[in-house]
Amino acid sequence: MLHQIISAGFGGQGVLLLGQLIAYAGLKEEKNVSWLPSYGPEMRGGTANCCVVVSDEEVGSPVVTEADVVVVMNRPSFEKYENNVVPGGKLFVNSSLIDLRSNRTDIEVYYVPANHIADELGNGRVANMVMLGAVLKKTHIVSPKTAIECLAASFGERKAHLIPINEQALEKGAEVVR
Amino acid sequence: MAKKLMKGSEAIGEAAIQAGCRYFFGYPITPQNEIPEYMSRRLPKEGGCFLQAESEVAAINMVYGAAGAGARVMTSSSSPGISLKQEGISYIACAELPCVIVNMMRVGPGLGGILPAQGDYFQATKGGGHGDYHLVVLAPSTVQEAADMVMEGFDIADTYRIPVMILGDGMIGQIMEPVEFKVHQKRQVPEKTWAATGWSDKSRPRAIINSLYIEAEQMKAVSERLLARYAQITEKETKVEEFMMDDAQYCIAAYGTTARIAKSAVVKARQMGIKAGLIRPITIWPFPSEAFAKAAEQVKAFLTVEMSTGQMVEDVRLAVAGKKPVYFKGTLGGFVPTTQDMVNELVKLTEGRE
Amino acid sequence: MAIVFKKTKMLTDVPFHYCPGCTHGIAHRLVAECIEELGMEDKAIGVAPVGCAVFAYNYFNCDMMEAAHGRAPAVATGIKRVHPDKLVFTYQGDGDLASIGTAEIVHAAARGEKITTIFINNAIYGMTGGQMAPTTLEGQVTTTSPYGRQKEHCGLPIRMSELIATLDGACYVERVSMHDVPNIIRAKKAIKKALICQMERKGFSFIELLSTCPTNWGMTPTAALTWLKENMIPYYPLGVKKEVE
Repeated sequence: MLHQIISAGFGGQGVLLLGQLIAYAGLKEEKNVSWLPSYGPEMRGGTANCCVVVSDEEVGSPVVTEADVVVVMNRPSFEKYENNVVPGGKLFVNSSLIDLRSNRTDIEVYYVPANHIADELGNGRVANMVMLGAVLKKTHIVSPKTAIECLAASFGERKAHLIPINEQALEKGAEVVR
Repeated sequence: MAKKLMKGSEAIGEAAIQAGCRYFFGYPITPQNEIPEYMSRRLPKEGGCFLQAESEVAAINMVYGAAGAGARVMTSSSSPGISLKQEGISYIACAELPCVIVNMMRVGPGLGGILPAQGDYFQATKGGGHGDYHLVVLAPSTVQEAADMVMEGFDIADTYRIPVMILGDGMIGQIMEPVEFKVHQKRQVPEKTWAATGWSDKSRPRAIINSLYIEAEQMKAVSERLLARYAQITEKETKVEEFMMDDAQYCIAAYGTTARIAKSAVVKARQMGIKAGLIRPITIWPFPSEAFAKAAEQVKAFLTVEMSTGQMVEDVRLAVAGKKPVYFKGTLGGFVPTTQDMVNELVKLTEGRE
Repeated sequence: MAIVFKKTKMLTDVPFHYCPGCTHGIAHRLVAECIEELGMEDKAIGVAPVGCAVFAYNYFNCDMMEAAHGRAPAVATGIKRVHPDKLVFTYQGDGDLASIGTAEIVHAAARGEKITTIFINNAIYGMTGGQMAPTTLEGQVTTTSPYGRQKEHCGLPIRMSELIATLDGACYVERVSMHDVPNIIRAKKAIKKALICQMERKGFSFIELLSTCPTNWGMTPTAALTWLKENMIPYYPLGVKKEVE
């Protein structure tokens, strides 16, 4: 099993955390993992992205150029990474903010109104978790349960009250692509 | 102890603390700021001292002072900052002081960019500063290895009274990977009876930490002592990883981040029927020349891959000594080679193309 | 027979390499005597500069380190952070401290490093053979200011004591002179006070010693002392520049 994932969007949309949760959960499920962020000036307010590798084997290149899963949270990321999906791979599009449709016929494309759903849940910040819910439903890279456990561990007690809404976001995301 | 997901830079900081390093002097530069940031959080809690110096020049001289005073001490920077430290590194080498210096290489020359590169190989392995000296240079290819190397690096530094450099690149610093801090099997390192700690113990000679030898005979003696130590280090500390080399006909030579990508390329090439292998220098000084000399008897050609215009390839060629062709593939500008790039190069070799 | 004078044990028996009439020798002795009189012989760690005092580690009879040009305050910082209970001092000339090492001295002072700096200002580069220093006076002829130092070309000399005194981390700053006995006695008092400030952990202490360089000034030792008094003191006024109680 080898998953190569790109998660991209505006800084502040939680795309790095989305990737980290996959990596943390992968580690917890005893896979080999790596998480590599884009760094430097471009992370200040502009687009942010990270590459995640989850594998049964030792991780070779942590830089993902041929992704089997790409998550795009905004339009610039859609334009930049649509073509990094390998044939047969999956593209997850935040349709709340991206009004484009993919022309590719060799991949599976899922349109998830992540911000819309997050707002309905009452917290726009969980849009990334809606997307993660969709990703995990369609790919089974890691189990959503493990992802939530990892989120709880990173939140600690101070933010423990936010766990239920994040859980709901994961479930809603999964429902959309069911 | 369970594995934790950690950034390379933070793992390096934690490893240093677990190895007994209590002093860190540094100056901010991207992409390694997580190291000083981590040390500034952790060291005060460990009874140690983190100090942000006014410059890289001052930082390395603070390292000189703390190392001369007998402490385990570390500094870190990235390429342009390491250039500024070279004066101090040369003095530290001559004064025979142990310390660990981390260089998370970024692309250059000049201010260059902040993306990963391997353009400081010459600087790290051939001296860097003025005069006749070497550092022990360890090149990690994973976060786990970076942590292990920092711990071992302090022991090597203390054993041989030599500065040790951890030569990573921006990617090793930024990447998060599982890491386990193994209980550090500390070597038996000699007591630092030479350190300047205040001369209260008159049974030892007065400590003089110095790199000035005006008399030719004295300077010659120091150089001979260093030379003998370098020979000893070469014999005992040279480390190399050979991957799928048993029946390899084409050998990739790569170190650090590039080498882990090369591993994937070797696997992929083998699936295509190309008998590829990898020799990965773990210490790039001392350089594992013997591994390449031995491979030269077996393989048809070598392919050196670096994120540079071609630096380590010179050492590979020296080791191979003209017995087999040594080709080079470099990526520039901060681009990281892909597995496919390397496979394509291997295919070219099998087809007899350069 | 009664002993009326004894060489301080804080100096080794190695003969000084300094030129005849140079005031480095007296400055060394003052620092050494002060350390001994404070009973800090076993706790002192000194840092030598690059310049005429480069061999100071051969003379001060305590643990010593030799620093790169201008970097002594950074080296001393490293030592002091490892050994906060030791008496750490740097001994630096004007090229070392006021030119190449300005960043290090200013920031050591700004941090309030608990170290003491002895600054020898003789208005010239001695060891390299009499080139212009940042402290060279206007009009003064040196091998690199053969027509005299000109303000329009390279500015006026830096008054380091006044500069250091502006920094909050400095607890004691005084300029003294080596040109006659009463001033030398005053200099010793200043050095001792600076070392005591360090022992009391008050902050960074700094003593500037106006000194002579008969060789590179091209004068006899006595003429050099007179030149110091008549030319340097008017530009570099003596006295305490800062004292924190």
